[in-house]
Amino acid sequence: MGGKYKTPMLDELEKGPWPSFVTEIKKAAKRTEMADDELGQVEKSYVTKRGYWKHGGIVGVLGYGGGVIGRYSSLPNEFPGIAHFHTVRLNQPSGFFYTAEALKMIMDIWDKYGSGLTNMHGSTGDLVLLGTTTENLEVLFAEYSSRGWDLGGSGSAMRTPSCCVGQARCEWACIDTMAICNEVTQYYQDQLHRPSFPYKFKIKVAGCACDCVAAIARADLSIIGTWKDNIRIDQAEVKKYADGGMNIQAEIVEMCPTACMSYDGKTLKVNDAQCSRCMHCIAKMTKALKQGKVKGASILVGSKAPIVVGSLLSWVVVPFMELEAPFDNLKDLADKMIEWWDDNAKPRERIGELIEVKGMRPFLEAIEMPPVPQQVKYPRKDPFFFWSESDFN
Amino acid sequence: MSLPERQTDIGPPHYEKFLPPVIKKNYGKWAHHEVLSGGTMVHVAESGDKLYTVRVASPRILSTDTIREICEMAEKYSDGYLRFTTRNNVEFLLSDQSKMAPLLAELKDKKYSVGGIGPRISNIVHTQGWVHCHSACTDASGIVKSVMDELHDYFTTKTLPNKVRLAVACCVNMCGAVHCSDIAVVAIHRKVPVIDHETVGKMCEIPTTVSSCPTSAIRPNPKTKSITINEEKCMYCGNCFTVCPPIEIHNPQQDGVAIVVGGKVGSLRTDPKFSKLAIPYIENEPPRWPKVVAAIKNILDVYAANAKKHERVGEWIERVGWEDFFKLTGIPFTFQHIDDFTFMRDTLRNSAAFKY
Repeated sequence: MGGKYKTPMLDELEKGPWPSFVTEIKKAAKRTEMADDELGQVEKSYVTKRGYWKHGGIVGVLGYGGGVIGRYSSLPNEFPGIAHFHTVRLNQPSGFFYTAEALKMIMDIWDKYGSGLTNMHGSTGDLVLLGTTTENLEVLFAEYSSRGWDLGGSGSAMRTPSCCVGQARCEWACIDTMAICNEVTQYYQDQLHRPSFPYKFKIKVAGCACDCVAAIARADLSIIGTWKDNIRIDQAEVKKYADGGMNIQAEIVEMCPTACMSYDGKTLKVNDAQCSRCMHCIAKMTKALKQGKVKGASILVGSKAPIVVGSLLSWVVVPFMELEAPFDNLKDLADKMIEWWDDNAKPRERIGELIEVKGMRPFLEAIEMPPVPQQVKYPRKDPFFFWSESDFN
Repeated sequence: MSLPERQTDIGPPHYEKFLPPVIKKNYGKWAHHEVLSGGTMVHVAESGDKLYTVRVASPRILSTDTIREICEMAEKYSDGYLRFTTRNNVEFLLSDQSKMAPLLAELKDKKYSVGGIGPRISNIVHTQGWVHCHSACTDASGIVKSVMDELHDYFTTKTLPNKVRLAVACCVNMCGAVHCSDIAVVAIHRKVPVIDHETVGKMCEIPTTVSSCPTSAIRPNPKTKSITINEEKCMYCGNCFTVCPPIEIHNPQQDGVAIVVGGKVGSLRTDPKFSKLAIPYIENEPPRWPKVVAAIKNILDVYAANAKKHERVGEWIERVGWEDFFKLTGIPFTFQHIDDFTFMRDTLRNSAAFKY
């Protein structure tokens, strides 16, 4: 099989040092008509500069309302192999860790029932299996779920939560991101598989302010690790950085956003009361500087991509929260957020957009959080503000 | 053929099953790490145990063949343990340092790119494009391949003032962190959609379609049982097309990409930032998008030559000012750069102090 189509445009993308997606499609095209027709259709797109996919239809597995994205070619007569080309989202393990044995099992099943193409991984975090037919969906689900692998989320539902590598490999992780991610994923299985929300709801867990999972930009509920007490300094290691050529004054002290550090050529000092815990100094001098020991997370809410009235970055709502297994305080908080959003939102309105419409006050009252200065960059600039009866008591 | 018994709502397998013993033993007890080369690093635990990571580029679209090949290398060199990064790289997790050199040799032999660690360019987060998405107005994978071929040395060896995070989104839905990347490509439309009135009446829910428009440009048209679009108000977001496919937003001759710059997600030094518009439009030029590649290379070169050590693209631009960014890069400033939508108040200058 394979080689049904001449692909002079795509062949250009097999040249050069970066790994080629065209080579990947061609490998699969040697075995499946699906991948071969996919190659043909993409070549056509490169010539005409347009895509040939229809909107997704409603397809899925019995009892679930999500996890499969329907995809059909708009040219099924020309490319019959991709008349159906549905995406299956498999929920990834926290931190994207695998064994070769598990991955090979997933691939063996996929080769039996799909195109042989994958995304490792999709933007939300799922292991994405790219291209199968409606009739194979139940079979795939039985094969995978009987081996311990479930589908991820799609549509107006809890989306597959994801996290950074966390304490599995990173000295900066203030919270156990993988455990939190796994726990909330398990807790929200029903909401993840049966869309019942106004729109999508994403949860991402980052171990520190470096935010390697882009929680602050891409999650309705952003959980970001932090600490409260003093930075721990090993002056002997500071000396080693200086001896190794680091300009501590320029690279560390002068780049501190709160100007809370000083260095006299021997001793590095931090005025911890002024530290905003941005992670710059710790990330640059990881052997010399360590976070404090009172660790937890900041909880932020509302970020999303620009559709429709502009992007949002998440806003701080709970500056600090201790997070220990089984994370009941976090689940309780998330439940309250979702309940308020579900009660008040229009269809296709994200929680950040709803807060913009309703105001932060009703949201904070719903999650039982008092107003605190950490929630704002600065207080309001206009003289128009609401009073409610409770303010007069 | 009888099927195995399906299970529902079991969730993903527990991650502990996939952790190498050295991670299980030292979980939460890592002391520090060191970048050994562009694509290798070692993490040292409080116990003194060491974990070596080898990071490898991936096009994200992977065939089962390549995944099997990667698995076989993992079995040979890292006891079968591997992971993927949030930017879609592959990581081999080695507890035995002596296996690193032979792994690197085999990777080189098989033409894998090792890199993406430290103040460099990591893999480009990107979307599905023409490969798999109905709303794509460019091909994400093709742009990624073309850009990374050009910037390959910055993945493997060459360093920059700080890491530079690139992203490509094939439409404004932005299924990727394009809106907060150092340099990113986002595909855009520039023409009012063309309506197939007959099909709209049959296929679409009119109130939903009307309310999908962020600028209230859409009105119901009872006569045609369809809708009308106020052309002066439309800013081509395509949200109507998403809820009502017969409103055709694609226009292959006029669609193209914009380049945005200066975003970041970390809170280090300065607050997280949105990416801002640098170049409003570059035409689609498959298969290798030469103008897009050149535009990104230009911005990167100017950043590398002018930023201080540890400054991200957005931090450098904010220090020198946007007027200097346009001067240094030679990018023309146009009406499209001035926000006339939701962020206008925040973005216009209200100070008498600025540069020329």
